Amino acid sequence: MSVFVQLTRSELRLFRREPQIVFFSLAFPSILVLIVGSIPAFREADDAIGGLRVIDLYVGIATVLTLATLALQSAPMVLAGYRESGFLRRLATTPARPIALLGAQVAMCLLTALASVSLVLIVGRVVFGVALPRQPAAFLLAFLLTAGAAFAIGLFIAALAPSGKAANAIGTLLFFPAMFFAGLWTPREAFPGFLRDIADLTPLGAGERAVHEATSGSWPAWGALAVLGAYVVVFGVAAARLFRWE
Amino acid sequence: MTVIEIEELRKRYGDTVAVAGVSLAVEAGEIFGILGPNGAGKTTTVECVAGLRTPDSGTVRVLGRDPRDPALRRLVGVQLQESRLPEKMAVREALELFSAFYPDPADWRRLAAELGLDGKLGTRFGKLSGGQKQRLSIALALLGNPRIAILDELTTGLDPQARRDTWDLIGAVRDRGVTVVLVTHFMEEAERLCDRIAVIDAGVVVAVDTPAGLVERVSAGQRVRFRPSAPIDDALLTVLPEVDRVTRHGSQVEVDGHGNLVQVVAATLAAHRIIAHDLRIEQAGLDEAFVRLTGRGAREE
Repeated sequence: MSVFVQLTRSELRLFRREPQIVFFSLAFPSILVLIVGSIPAFREADDAIGGLRVIDLYVGIATVLTLATLALQSAPMVLAGYRESGFLRRLATTPARPIALLGAQVAMCLLTALASVSLVLIVGRVVFGVALPRQPAAFLLAFLLTAGAAFAIGLFIAALAPSGKAANAIGTLLFFPAMFFAGLWTPREAFPGFLRDIADLTPLGAGERAVHEATSGSWPAWGALAVLGAYVVVFGVAAARLFRWE
Repeated sequence: MTVIEIEELRKRYGDTVAVAGVSLAVEAGEIFGILGPNGAGKTTTVECVAGLRTPDSGTVRVLGRDPRDPALRRLVGVQLQESRLPEKMAVREALELFSAFYPDPADWRRLAAELGLDGKLGTRFGKLSGGQKQRLSIALALLGNPRIAILDELTTGLDPQARRDTWDLIGAVRDRGVTVVLVTHFMEEAERLCDRIAVIDAGVVVAVDTPAGLVERVSAGQRVRFRPSAPIDDALLTVLPEVDRVTRHGSQVEVDGHGNLVQVVAATLAAHRIIAHDLRIEQAGLDEAFVRLTGRGAREE
């Protein structure tokens, strides 16, 4: 079996042993959908958000939340920790390359995110009758681009942070404003115009927009995709430049 | 055959010169010790050999290749100072994972048994004792059936028994034909294990020799001390070519000399039917050789 597959399996196994991270990335997004949906008013069509129900929006928000938790909080902590402990250096002395471990960590996170988002979609559909994405291909594209932007930023944090703890602190600090713009506390769709314009320029705001548009059946706006692409490129290149193996 | 060749290696970090022109050659099948006080440049030197650092100048060849050649990763096993595995990775998982890195790995079960880890396969790295972590680290370094094993400070932090067990293991590794480069600051370890030792101090090699050769190089000779059973004339001893000086401390006779000093003194006493009570032989050890070579003790830190 290839080294990358083995490393990914190993990362999955280590991930399973962190109950807190498993809870927040795998279960919490679905629980959030259940909590929001349990409020009667959020299950009724609201003209303020274009005749949708609040619960319809939260399925998309929970999708972005899953990616934010894994990319901003979990992955940077794990990777900076691997540098801090000398594990990356240890790998550099074997035929496996340390970059394979970075890839394996991201692959593991993406698999987890796919599982979590599937669960969110199923809970939304089965419990609250939220329609499944009407443009599955567009939804997948929005999901992957949002993931790309979030992980580029996550790797950038891992590149800068001197330790696993520091990475987690930076990631958490970034997590709250980023998720605010993604509408975790108030849906982006209910933002006043100027705030929404700002949100659309943030990685998770643009991500939520793309996911929401794909869910409601239209192809995501080019603006949202371009913003996400820009984050992927800028932070991806910066992370690649700055990442130290020891 | 020379497996590692270092010529005029230099490496600095900012203003600190770590290695200031190290040259040495390691032969196939030997246990080659790199001995020196902390901060002497030992680790930097082996890190350049392991391809983890790029020298500022000088050349390093490992099995005739550039140390950064990816092909060497299969041929050189490295045990690094201060490198930890993920806390929640179990011993078996680590061994299986690292086995997957090599095209033709050793049987990790046998290796684990040889290292006394077979009872710990299900234990997570974070729960291992210092000695067990070290042994796992050595197992991982040997997994790829390397031709060269670089072991950096491998017994630091081990209790005396674990240290002795590890020495036996290193001997066994060499017996399989693996060339071992051993970085250490323990005299006893170097003296026990190494075929040859390079003493490094302040970034340069001050001597390369066998442990006995190093001792000989710096020690003027030996000293025999005893209490004779009957009065003895100094002249009996001073006529011997091996004897340099005889001094007395009360009833005790102290003889300084060289060569086969002990044998000739013993033979002379026997010939005169004198018994040497409380016989003590003092010989400079590697410890003393080291202090003379570097001007300080290895254990001062």
